[in-house]
Amino acid sequence: MPDPTAPTYQEVILRLQEFWALQGSVLQQPYDTEVGAGTMAPETFLRVLGPKPYKVAYVQPSRRPADGRYGDNPNRLYKHMQLQVILKPPPENVQELYLESLKAIGIDLRMHDIKFEEDNWEAPTLAAWGVGWQVMLDGLEITQFTYFQQCGGIDLDPISAELTYGLERITAFLQDRDSIYDVVWARDPQTGREATYRDVRYQEELQVSVYNFEAADVDKTWKHLEMYEAECQELINKFNAMAADKATSAEARARFPLLGAYDLCLKCSHLFNLLDARGAISVTERVGVIARIRQLAVGLAKAYLAQQSSTPALKQKTEGAA
Amino acid sequence: MPDFLLEIGCEEIPARMLEAASIELTTRLRSLISRESLLLRPSDQDGGESRLDLSNILLELYATPRRLALVVPGIAAAQPDVTEQVTGPSLKVAFKDGKPTPAAEAFAKRAGVDVSRLQKTSTPKGEYLAATVTRKGRPAAEVLAEAVPKEIAGLYWPKSMYWRAGKPERFVRPVRWMVALLDEEVVPLEYAGIKAGRATRGHRILGPEQVSISTPTRYAQQLRAAHVVGGGPERELRIRKALDAATRTISGARWREDAELLKTVVNLTEWPSVILGNFDPQFLSLPEEVLVTVMRDHQKYFAVENASGKLAPHFLAVLNTDGDPDGLIRHGNERVLRARFNDAQFFWNFDNRTRFADRREKLKHVTFQKDLGDYYEKTERIGRSVGAIAQAFLKSGITVDRGAAVEAAHLSKNDLTAELVKEFTELQGIVGGRYAEHQGLSKAVADAIYDQYKPVSMEDSVPRTMEGAIVAIADKADSIAGMFALGLVPSGSKDPFALRRQANGIVKTIAEHKLLVNLAHLMYEAREQYQSSDAAKKFTATVEGYSRSIAAFFRERLEFYLRDVLGLAYDVVNATLSADANDVVDAVARAQAVAKVRSSPDFESISTSFKRMKNILRQAAEASKRVAEPYSPGALLEESERELAAAIPIVAAKVNQLRASKNYQPALIEISKLRPSIDAFFDKVMVMVEDEKLRANRLGLLATVVGELSSIADFSEIVTERK
Repeated sequence: MPDPTAPTYQEVILRLQEFWALQGSVLQQPYDTEVGAGTMAPETFLRVLGPKPYKVAYVQPSRRPADGRYGDNPNRLYKHMQLQVILKPPPENVQELYLESLKAIGIDLRMHDIKFEEDNWEAPTLAAWGVGWQVMLDGLEITQFTYFQQCGGIDLDPISAELTYGLERITAFLQDRDSIYDVVWARDPQTGREATYRDVRYQEELQVSVYNFEAADVDKTWKHLEMYEAECQELINKFNAMAADKATSAEARARFPLLGAYDLCLKCSHLFNLLDARGAISVTERVGVIARIRQLAVGLAKAYLAQQSSTPALKQKTEGAA
Repeated sequence: MPDFLLEIGCEEIPARMLEAASIELTTRLRSLISRESLLLRPSDQDGGESRLDLSNILLELYATPRRLALVVPGIAAAQPDVTEQVTGPSLKVAFKDGKPTPAAEAFAKRAGVDVSRLQKTSTPKGEYLAATVTRKGRPAAEVLAEAVPKEIAGLYWPKSMYWRAGKPERFVRPVRWMVALLDEEVVPLEYAGIKAGRATRGHRILGPEQVSISTPTRYAQQLRAAHVVGGGPERELRIRKALDAATRTISGARWREDAELLKTVVNLTEWPSVILGNFDPQFLSLPEEVLVTVMRDHQKYFAVENASGKLAPHFLAVLNTDGDPDGLIRHGNERVLRARFNDAQFFWNFDNRTRFADRREKLKHVTFQKDLGDYYEKTERIGRSVGAIAQAFLKSGITVDRGAAVEAAHLSKNDLTAELVKEFTELQGIVGGRYAEHQGLSKAVADAIYDQYKPVSMEDSVPRTMEGAIVAIADKADSIAGMFALGLVPSGSKDPFALRRQANGIVKTIAEHKLLVNLAHLMYEAREQYQSSDAAKKFTATVEGYSRSIAAFFRERLEFYLRDVLGLAYDVVNATLSADANDVVDAVARAQAVAKVRSSPDFESISTSFKRMKNILRQAAEASKRVAEPYSPGALLEESERELAAAIPIVAAKVNQLRASKNYQPALIEISKLRPSIDAFFDKVMVMVEDEKLRANRLGLLATVVGELSSIADFSEIVTERK
């Protein structure tokens, strides 16, 4: 029985954002390059590197081409939304804060069964890993809770806590819907008119599934991947050569477009996922391509850290903020 | 004698690690208390006599997801004072002209006594200076405060983490509070920046945030008041009772016993309760294995069966809270399960739209291993091996459906292309068997596909049917052969393709089905199946090198089976396998026969004599002495050696006859009857004599004895009492 008093999808987002804003988080907006998970957005991947404390929350639409089901499957989406929270360093009461956030979206914990079950996270393409839990609410996994230990092959100090809320699942749970597509996204306060998840997203799920599984031009996608990869690698090489040169000015370092290079790396990752969904990557190739993308991510993480610590302008800001 | 309480308050510790950590903490604390003499009663300070037996201290253990705790009752309030004599410099150095030298003074200072109170002591090296010193025992609180943090830091975790800046320590999850009490007093210990106190925390949702523990003896009770059952065994009992109670509401129903799952939920909860949920009976048309996997592995639910053992449309979820008065939790869990079953149903229906047999073509696009080609080729190879093995069985009069076995081999990997297997990879094989059955393939084929990965461990059963056994063996042999031919031989802890487990499976299946399969032949043929494929071009091992490493590898697996599964002594196993290690069934029979006779005095003596004969032959070989083979009985001089020479052919004939009919124990008894002749030989005859011809013939006799009588076991491998 759908619960009409439950928050809408957008209310869930708004309440969680408000909760974390009140905890002092920067509310970022979704990153506008395709990513497979909120972790890959620079607000997580790059910000967790180095010593600078940071708190941020953002919704991240996460695209996983292989998970698409043409809008047919009530529980699976090619693109789902995560609310990503990064707490660097994690406060001592981070778990309690998280439980508070559930209350903010109307979950009375006394009436439910909540468990933190071991679930460690690893992303081979990002050379990143952490330990943590999947948070289970009445048997449903609603959040990934991870203490990052390493990112881009670099040991983190301080570490960050990452909370990833599965927004569709949580709202379907709150509204008691068996299909994500029946989730009420918005309700007009004047007219009571509802817009469902289906109204907002079904067409996209269908058409992008068709594109991902049937239409994407494999040869061109491979070429795109190779071009992005080459440009990204070239930028990393240039930065490294420049950084090794003592004559390089602080300004030249500070303005070097590593963030631009990172976007190229994200493109590679997405195109790889697309080719994978398209069935265009053999098992042997798979390992190789993952290793290539990992190399970019690791190269960028190192370069980014070097840029942060060797650039007085950036460094000063870092220390000021800390 | 105060009681000691230690509680480490932690963010949720992974269920799989909790028990081992709790045991390790106990062991560490036990040995710490003993090492620091905190077991000694203050009244008997006279040394080791009054030391209590460590194993007699009854520790109370508590382990929940959020805490590792223990209470040690009645430890000493302080270490005993220790009086001992310490030795200083020699008298020669300590005194010059009757006056103490700086060396003596330094020693006195170190010992904390006046020079005038130093004594003399005689040692084997001469006279030395000595002092009697009394070291004051330290209070228990001080000792514990210093030593316990090191023990906490030393705990082993399969996966641990940093959380504080500067990475000062690693633990499984962040430590958030600590309690350490000696009776009412806080022990001032500190770990990970956390000072111990008396405040613990109750259940996350049900309990008060803070609970002040008054004394160690009240700990468990106070925890309980805060909705935490501290002891694992107690939680287990509670869960069992709750499972029983919930199941009783359905007439004739039983919950499926599952020790591993039970342990998991015990370690996931502080205040467990159980709810019974239901699912739509229409899902019962799905394979039971799929339903159980979803419930057990994905949702940690117990399955429920009806009186006839069939799965019933209910499940039991263990909660970490005190109940579900409004049924909200049940409703939520049912919703999740419904979604998962719907998914499975969708895949089942979707997969069944394709004819199972037609999936084989798709295997051409599924890589088996990068150098070994695709799964289609693998099924071709397995098919050929299976056909050959079945043919051989038929020739020996063993009943087997050769056609079904080959068909099962060809279709065995088809389920790798099924959506259901992509979702439930742990069910490969099983799902294939179910599709084959559902689509009307013969039972023999379906069962063989279903059982192809069996046994998955040494505890697992072997394939049920002869066809299944052959397919399972051929599949595993194919993987092992390919990897070994590529030079990918398991070493140490490195065995990424689980080849050891697969070889164990082959051995167990052959042994339990009593199959007529020779390991060397099986593995030779398995390699042959790769002939003229692209894979064969990548083979690095020569045929000889391959055979050698395969033989060594399987011998180890067979040793493992005989020792660890059948429980035979290692020397019996060595003796048996030294004779032959390729026929598993025969090796088992021989080993069991050897085990039965090995402790008889005659057999022990024979074993000793065989060692002696082998030693003599080895020394002769090293010294390049000629061995007359065959020896001429006429060249022998002594009566005892002529007697032995005469006895050998007679005994050998009997033994060979018994061996041929696999009557190993009587054969071994025949051999042990030779004991008097052999003993007499060694009493009277010197083998390594100067006379070259005589020596060569005596060596020849020994070589014959060893050669003729070692076909059941190499007796020289038996470890005997006498040297």
